[in-house]
Amino acid sequence: MERYTYQFNPARAAAGSKRIAIAGVVASGNLEVLLERCLTPETCTVEVATPVRGFHAVWDAVIRDFIERRAAGGLHISINDGGARPDTVALRLAQGLRMLEIV
Amino acid sequence: MRTETQHFAESGRQARIAAGSRYARGKRVALEDLVPFLEAVLRCGDRVCIEGDNQKQADVLAAKLARIDPAKIHDLHMVQSGVVLPAHLDLFESGIARDLDFSYSGPQAGRISGMLRSGAIRLGAIHTYLELFARYFIDLTPQVALVAAISADSDGNLYTGPNTEDTPTIVEATSFKGGLVIAQVCAVVDKLPRVDVPGDQVHFVTETRKPLHLEPLFTRDPGEITETHVLTAMLAIKGVYEPYGVRRLNHGIGFNTAAIELLLPTFGERLGLRGRICSHWALNPHPTLIPAIEAGWAQQVHCFGSEVGMEDYIAARPDIFFTGADGSLRSNRAFCQTAGLYACDLFIGSTLQIDLHGNSSTMTADRVAGFGGAPNMGCNPHGRRHVSAAWLKAGSESTPHVPPALRRGRKLVVQVGETFGNGGAPLFVEKLDALALVEQLGLESAPIMIYGDDVTHIVTEEGVANLLLCRDEGDREQAIRAVAGYTEVGRGRDRGHADRLRERGVVRRPEDLGIDPLDADRRLLAARSMRDLVTASNRLYRPPSRFRNW
Repeated sequence: MERYTYQFNPARAAAGSKRIAIAGVVASGNLEVLLERCLTPETCTVEVATPVRGFHAVWDAVIRDFIERRAAGGLHISINDGGARPDTVALRLAQGLRMLEIV
Repeated sequence: MRTETQHFAESGRQARIAAGSRYARGKRVALEDLVPFLEAVLRCGDRVCIEGDNQKQADVLAAKLARIDPAKIHDLHMVQSGVVLPAHLDLFESGIARDLDFSYSGPQAGRISGMLRSGAIRLGAIHTYLELFARYFIDLTPQVALVAAISADSDGNLYTGPNTEDTPTIVEATSFKGGLVIAQVCAVVDKLPRVDVPGDQVHFVTETRKPLHLEPLFTRDPGEITETHVLTAMLAIKGVYEPYGVRRLNHGIGFNTAAIELLLPTFGERLGLRGRICSHWALNPHPTLIPAIEAGWAQQVHCFGSEVGMEDYIAARPDIFFTGADGSLRSNRAFCQTAGLYACDLFIGSTLQIDLHGNSSTMTADRVAGFGGAPNMGCNPHGRRHVSAAWLKAGSESTPHVPPALRRGRKLVVQVGETFGNGGAPLFVEKLDALALVEQLGLESAPIMIYGDDVTHIVTEEGVANLLLCRDEGDREQAIRAVAGYTEVGRGRDRGHADRLRERGVVRRPEDLGIDPLDADRRLLAARSMRDLVTASNRLYRPPSRFRNW
């Protein structure tokens, strides 16, 4: 299992007021994203656990785009990967964030 | 001594008919006499067309032709749209045939590639369907055509059923230019349900006494549509169909277009687009269009060919489909391709590889799959003169400096796909694999499916790239990289340039189009399974058993 951790200082705090959301499931070609609103609004941390080796640079790119394009301040995000394609990872992150926004 | 006139007559149709009649009773040739019959009517070097459509195949005639004696008949020049049966290529291994002009080789793509490299096949050209049909009337007119139909009567009138496809075009070119038309039919009957080809254009008929083998090539199981397909389909509808008001269109086959068809009654309805988009189609009868037809989206559909299992549904909807006096579909590939070329405002299809100029190809060194018809519809027809809102808007985006009264419109040519395709292979590449074919086969130009200068939009799950708004090669490359996601091409993008393209609306991401990622859910599909399609059709659609789990 490979593990990567990231820490960012996003410009915008995550919208909404929900404390926790889960998107996706751990299954082959899929992933589970757990988002917890537990940090100060100018901080975001991401932890990735993946069984697939050799894709560190792709994870860096997916997570960097997510932080740049979406408002994720205040969140701790844990990703439990089942070998998902990058587009599925990006979609689950966007879906998880949306779930936090919806009351 | 022979005179020129005698020679002409002997090589002409009457001599062939006289030679063939030794094995026939009237127009009928028995199956067991077909091999000597074909040896009698053929001449070395003849141009021969074996009907090889998407659906129906002159398979019995192809198998018999492969069994003739190459010492008697050799060096045939095959001119046919589909090279799809093993027998089509066996001809070249034995030397019966030498030259080949074709359009599509789907299942034989691997074998044909090896035979082209080894020199067993001398290649004329790989054509689009309309190109090859056009050449049937100019310089590739068949001397002998082997065609397929469902039934014939004793006069040789043919009933093709719903898969008329290429038959009238092949027969027209062959029969009216002194050539010989030989038809295989499942049965000879007293009275035909309808006449698709008049008997005086057909010279011999053989009865196979078995049904035509048909492949459900245009069926996509909604159960295999992913959330990424749903997301991409929403982007196509909201990023292209809606702003241009695309009413007349053609869909290629694939899960991306199937997802679009299944989102019309749900997502499209929510956007209030019924009647404003997707009303008139040049399309094979995709089962995934059934929910949209039933919800009142499609007003008219003209078909290249039919699809297995759709017969009863089509017969019940003559208000939508073109049908004959017998109630079944009348398809016609040449007419439908022409309709797709000139009467549609949008073509959308998937491909295997797209380069940084927007050129795309489905061919690789190991798989020479041919073109089929996609390039006929996936191009901007310079002969078009009638206007539509979609055509004018695309033209104004492409050439804003040209005065409106002198401005040419543009056909919308859309490439859709996931950034990582089958087996995780990237859709976007720096260099097309098709370029390797140029050297290997000694071609003068690479087999490009859709040229980059014809492409107007590329849609992936990452967003919509509008190439009409690109003002130079740099814009174009960066717009393509911007929707290439996390492929190497995508990760190589200039982030500053990509941001500027987004501000200019050249690149639009889901969030720019107000698409909620939570809608990227299979529950948004109007049918989520084959059974749902059957239900939507009022149980008239009968999927082949391989698509059924009930």
